[in-house]
Amino acid sequence: MTAPRPALETATMVRAGELSAVAVLEHHLAVIEAGEEAVHAFNLVTAERARAQARTVDATVAAGGDPGPLAGVPVALKDNLCTRGVPTTCSSRILEGWEPPYDATVVTRLAAAGAIAIGKTNMDEFAMGSSTETSAFGTTRNPHDTDRVPGGSSGGSAAAVAAGFAPLALGSDTGGSIRQPAALCGVVGMKPTYGTVSRYGLVAFASSLDQIGPFAGSVADAALLFDAIGGHDPLDSTSLNRPTPRVLSVLDDGVDGMTVGVLTELLDGAAPDVVARVHQAAEALAAAGARIEEVSVPEVTLGLSAYYLIAPGEASSNLARYDGVRYGLRIDAEDTVAMNTATRSEGFGAEVKRRIMLGTYVLSAGYMDAYYNQALRVRTRIIEGFATAYTRCDVLLGPTAPTTAFAIGAKVDDPLTMYLSDVCTIPSNLAGHPAISVPFGPGDDGLPIGVQLLGPALSEGRLFQVAAAVESAAPPLPAPRLRAGMPA
Amino acid sequence: MRADWQLVIGLEVHCELKTRTKLFCGCPNMFGDAPNTNVCPNCLGLPGSLPVLNQRAVELAMAIGTALHCDIRPSTFHRKNYFYPDQAKDYQISQYDEPLNVDGYLDLPDGFRVGIERAHMEEDTGKTSHAGASGRIHGADYSLVDYNRSGVPLVEIVSAPDMRNADQARAYVSELRAILVASGASDGKMEEGSMRVDANVSVRRSVDDPFGTRCEIKNLNSVRSLGRAIEYEAGRQITLIESGEPVVQQTRHWDESAGRTQALRSKEDAYDYRYFLEPDLVPLVPDAEWIRAVADTLGMMPAERRARLVTLLDDAGGPTDAQLLQVATVVDLGLDDLVVEAVAAGVGSGLALARTANEAATDAEAARHLDPEAYVALLTLEMQGSLSATQAKAVLAELFERGGGDPATIARDKGFEAMSEDSLVETVSEAIAANPDEWSRFCEGDDKLAGFFTGLVMKATRGQANGKAVAAELRRLRG
Repeated sequence: MTAPRPALETATMVRAGELSAVAVLEHHLAVIEAGEEAVHAFNLVTAERARAQARTVDATVAAGGDPGPLAGVPVALKDNLCTRGVPTTCSSRILEGWEPPYDATVVTRLAAAGAIAIGKTNMDEFAMGSSTETSAFGTTRNPHDTDRVPGGSSGGSAAAVAAGFAPLALGSDTGGSIRQPAALCGVVGMKPTYGTVSRYGLVAFASSLDQIGPFAGSVADAALLFDAIGGHDPLDSTSLNRPTPRVLSVLDDGVDGMTVGVLTELLDGAAPDVVARVHQAAEALAAAGARIEEVSVPEVTLGLSAYYLIAPGEASSNLARYDGVRYGLRIDAEDTVAMNTATRSEGFGAEVKRRIMLGTYVLSAGYMDAYYNQALRVRTRIIEGFATAYTRCDVLLGPTAPTTAFAIGAKVDDPLTMYLSDVCTIPSNLAGHPAISVPFGPGDDGLPIGVQLLGPALSEGRLFQVAAAVESAAPPLPAPRLRAGMPA
Repeated sequence: MRADWQLVIGLEVHCELKTRTKLFCGCPNMFGDAPNTNVCPNCLGLPGSLPVLNQRAVELAMAIGTALHCDIRPSTFHRKNYFYPDQAKDYQISQYDEPLNVDGYLDLPDGFRVGIERAHMEEDTGKTSHAGASGRIHGADYSLVDYNRSGVPLVEIVSAPDMRNADQARAYVSELRAILVASGASDGKMEEGSMRVDANVSVRRSVDDPFGTRCEIKNLNSVRSLGRAIEYEAGRQITLIESGEPVVQQTRHWDESAGRTQALRSKEDAYDYRYFLEPDLVPLVPDAEWIRAVADTLGMMPAERRARLVTLLDDAGGPTDAQLLQVATVVDLGLDDLVVEAVAAGVGSGLALARTANEAATDAEAARHLDPEAYVALLTLEMQGSLSATQAKAVLAELFERGGGDPATIARDKGFEAMSEDSLVETVSEAIAANPDEWSRFCEGDDKLAGFFTGLVMKATRGQANGKAVAAELRRLRG
């Protein structure tokens, strides 16, 4: 078994003409062929389109041109990113048959950077879930243990990178949907500052929380991908019109003199082996020259409750358009209202319906102030709490998820327990802040644990800098069992 | 309206803004194109699409606010959530509790002031047509939706409940329409739906009573329908109250052919729109400089234009009632600049106003496109006596037909050419020389002979001479 080649190295070699993009792609298609049945990371592998893209990259190099910083690197795309002429399902039956007539901005930027879009990855339906079990197209399995979930909602993207199907993947993170599956699958996953990556073409779940971000096998590869997708986009009014931090160049800057706060509230509900790994990561950072403090931000304990009012509220509005009138599934009935009802009843799964009902309720007249508006006030308090912490600390450290990957089916019938798996990641979404999950050794069960670094808005450079230091001190993680016997 | 009852009316007017593109995307804002041709992922509400606010639409909305004397304030957009097939996202982006324009007023031509509570921005929906007997969604065989109108920018102008009779409501809509057109914000075509009026109507027995329960009337497609609907609705409510029944707060549909309103839905089954801040947009906070720049580009409003003409007439002895009507007509048709330019060039204000209100108004479209210099030249020719009134009208018609030209040339081509002063003097002298007896009697004071000489001159010039000019020359020679 050979470790997969890092994306940075692949791109460098392809740009230098030392490696062909087609060969890189064929290698990954062979890995997918061997492992996809066990993992089910993809809703669709776009092999032919990818081959055409790879040939173009090779032709550009042969003609003396530069295809870009991601030359020839396959990237898996979460299936809520619009791809022109390629089905985009959000793992929901309601989008059956729909092919977007346009590409998401991130998809356009990846192509411009020379990346190869290899396929669309499975996810929790409309990104609502923490295990990829709410997908209408079957559960994705964790490559480290196929009886376990990969996390979610971007479970397919996390599993694809962990399984070596693609060196890089994009996900979206509304309450932890990149970081939590990254932790559970033993890969790096990062949620950028709200507004640094364009949401144009990302099918909305909760618009004020959604951000697209990278998955990669290493901090450096995640940095490479983040640099390629960030930056202002006039098509997204919430896109920040200011320079996006470039992160690839700061990875070796070290943590000497930085103050890292261990966020105690995030440790409270976490399993002992997870807590132990967080402390071990803190010690490693101290050894590398950082000052470690314990920091309390009591407001973050309110995050989960606030999140489950704000996100469903926005979702109930964002998902109203799936009414059977214009695209996707339509279940015919005797009149328009009956058709709307039949279509939505058949097209949405139970978790999506639960959140639409919850969201409709919290926005309704007479309840809005007690629920939705109260949640917005909590959101403000969380931002203020973080602001206080960041007067003392450069970054905060905590677990990404309270436990390692849980068994498929273990929480699927208990939504509240399932929701708790996002308790550590949600505060960053509510604050609009960046955060990154870095693998840090196995837990007692041998499965990956991720530690999370949190920073204030636009602190991506600092976060990646610390993440690189954490990564270099991380205990080795066993290779995914699935990789044994796969093409190298 | 019975004398012992008082009507209370507030109006909500939606107007489509005359932008090149839609409110949140780059699709053409065009009425009458083939269905579903001016659409894109955004205005079709496709998954993943996002709104981007149209700067020009904001400027036109601010122009409306300025023209209505509103405060222009920092504002936000909300989502108004309800399911309807012509609504692409199943929510409408609209300004809610923080509208762009608040607290203005509109003065009716008679001076009555109507308060403006707010004028806010929102997007239009698509258009549904229902096939089947009823023509309504209920019981339709099938329905077709055209999304060309989806996302067209609207401003909704909400008046205070200040109007007290149907005439005021009609005057308000007419004046508002004129303001919207004059500000360049909208073409104000009620018949094409670019201006839509809903009326809130209630009745009470005395001005001292609190407002009665109101009903909102929809589907008012003309100023005439508005007046009829208000009067019908007031009568309906009075009859209810007088027979001891309560007025129920309702939305009612005006049936133009039946001449009555019908209940659409009552307050109890009103939609819960679940308004919340639109997370895909950022607050709209126009700075003072932008607000001033918009105000600077705003032309004169109709009230100001009317006052300007009245001032011109004042200088000439004050407007008559007939002239006040002409002023209203001329301003309404957007022809007042022609009058002002003519007066500035020395044409009498009465003549300039009358010709514009009576003749130019017959083809206002052509008149608006006419080179004002040509128009002024024509009126000058008439005033100087070089063209008779009848000839001037004929030349104007020709100017319209050709889309411009030199009135003197047209007059010559028509054989109207007025005589030069020299040749007039010469012709008069010839007539005198040929008729010395008549001339002596005229000189002795027989004024009737002026007609004799004028007739001779006219005959000699085949009608080209100006009668007044001939008479003046005769008087001059007599001394």
